[in-house]
Amino acid sequence: MGQYKITLSGEAQTAIVRHGEQAFPFECCGFLYGHENDGRFVTEAMPVANNKKGDRRKQFEISPPDYMKAEKYALGNGLQLLGAYHSHPNHPAIASAHDLALAMPYFSYVIVSVKNGKAADIKSWRLKETIEKKFAEEKVAVKHMAMFSD
Amino acid sequence: MAKIIIPTPLRKFTANTATFETSGSNIKEAIQELTGAYNGLTRHLLDNDFNIRSFIKIYLGEDDINSLQKEDTTIANDSVISIVPIIAGGC
Repeated sequence: MGQYKITLSGEAQTAIVRHGEQAFPFECCGFLYGHENDGRFVTEAMPVANNKKGDRRKQFEISPPDYMKAEKYALGNGLQLLGAYHSHPNHPAIASAHDLALAMPYFSYVIVSVKNGKAADIKSWRLKETIEKKFAEEKVAVKHMAMFSD
Repeated sequence: MAKIIIPTPLRKFTANTATFETSGSNIKEAIQELTGAYNGLTRHLLDNDFNIRSFIKIYLGEDDINSLQKEDTTIANDSVISIVPIIAGGC
């Protein structure tokens, strides 16, 4: 695991898990807001529509208008837009080649694996600061809450 | 002057500046002025042929420039140009 770490509030973690399970067997997606001072702390995970035209069981896409709204929301609420989350239905929470190809610097990409409708794992990825485009896995911590309910 | 809004993931290449004022008369000139001021942005915005990358959208106000005159789209003094990364992927 790399040098990066991300902490999710219990509320944010619950929102991501719930969204992934509700959207199953389709991929869900949303934005991550919070603060970055000594470390990266996500206080809020906000669902947005999966706007992908095609097989939404294997792909997601956030529309540009939704992206612009997210930037405005962060600015208007004194938050930082820290990244995005999405689900991998019946696939591990490992970033795919497709995820890597479209990844932006700085952003955290949180992935929740949902197996048969139930969240199974959560991981996060961030681009390394190298010329070659590669992900580093971020260590995920959750504050105040158990990782998953039974 | 027209204003370019820099998206959060690219602000590390603009010294955390969120907006950039441009005197360009169209989108192409505005982007050239921006990348001239912040060289580190170039590889994230433009491909090897200096075209805007496929996973970056440029909006003039609420309109995708691809629905206008693309990079030749004229901008006014009060225009707001947004650089919008496509957030997408999948398993």
